[in-house]
Amino acid sequence: MDSASSDRTASGQHLAPTVARSVKVLVVGAFGVGKTTLIGSVSEIEPLRTEERITTASVGIDPGQPNKDTTTVAMDFGRITVTEDIALYMFGTPGQRRFWDLWAGLADGAVGALVMIDTRHLEDSFEVLDQLELRTKIPFAVVVNQFPDSPAYPLERVRAALDLLPETPIVECDARDRQSAVLTLITLVEHAMTFPVFQKVNA
Amino acid sequence: MDTEEYRDHPVRSYVLTSGRAHPSRNTLRPETLVRAVESRPVLSTAGRMERELVQLCRGTLALAEVAAYLQLPVSLVAVMVSDLVDSGNLTIRSNHQAHVLPGKDILEKILDGLRKL
Ligand SMILES: Nc1nc2c(ncn2[C@@H]2O[C@H](COP(=O)(O)OP(=O)(O)O)[C@@H](O)[C@H]2O)c(=O)[nH]1
Ligand SMILES: [Mg+2]
Repeated sequence: MDSASSDRTASGQHLAPTVARSVKVLVVGAFGVGKTTLIGSVSEIEPLRTEERITTASVGIDPGQPNKDTTTVAMDFGRITVTEDIALYMFGTPGQRRFWDLWAGLADGAVGALVMIDTRHLEDSFEVLDQLELRTKIPFAVVVNQFPDSPAYPLERVRAALDLLPETPIVECDARDRQSAVLTLITLVEHAMTFPVFQKVNA
Repeated sequence: MDTEEYRDHPVRSYVLTSGRAHPSRNTLRPETLVRAVESRPVLSTAGRMERELVQLCRGTLALAEVAAYLQLPVSLVAVMVSDLVDSGNLTIRSNHQAHVLPGKDILEKILDGLRKL
């Protein structure tokens, strides 16, 4: 990113004045799996990036020594104004356990998560799936990104290998393709609607 | 490239927020929408970053967007935003309470919107 001058936003980067509500989904998955690509395909703004210093989970937090064993985690995000009054934010972050502090906070209030999978490295996603199923319990859908040299496994085999619950959606995607990326979001929101926590109407 | 990289920004965030490490309001999230209150001049005691933040928010932005443009961590911007809400320079635009999930009606509107993309 270049200098933090405010002329970057002098152009039309602000939300329309009618937008009064925001919702978010997380995009999680191992490094290189296509999170930033997917966010960029659907975002109405150039994906933005922030960095957060966190204390790694293995070390624990020692307030007396703020510079000890901290690491910087990057978060990419984009947004879509989905209706005249609602903006949907997509936050991309690595989902590993050692970043737990960061993304536990992010998961709070989320509609759900897209878990991006590379079939060449299925094991990279185990930790993320554990976190979602056992800890955050937010709705998630699994997105299988197709790379040129990915073996062509049937989705049901991937589902079995990941030991997904029968109701967890799993879809193939080309993260570079806008419609394909939009479909993953639709799949996730449809799935979230089946969760009791979202049944309440609170307009 | 890098989702994880070592970097050192020693005590800058600590100084900027007068020593507080956490936002005073836990209602602020990265997606919380904020906007400047145009009629309210920024106090002369406010720092350069606070001024820039208010300037940035003359239209609605999410807290994470503010952080990205200012090149500061979201956690730090949350503290600054919280203070600027207290001083009347910013308002929280999002009309939902903290920790209240969107209802089914909202999800339906989102789905309709996504299907039109
Ligand atoms: N063939 C193919 N390549 C992809 C796809 N998604 C991402 N890539 C490429 O994979 C690389 C890593 O993607 P990126 O979005 O940066 O991954 P991230 O680390 O998860 O954010 C980039 O070179 C992308 O162009 C996809 O769906 N198909
Ligand atoms: Mg990335």
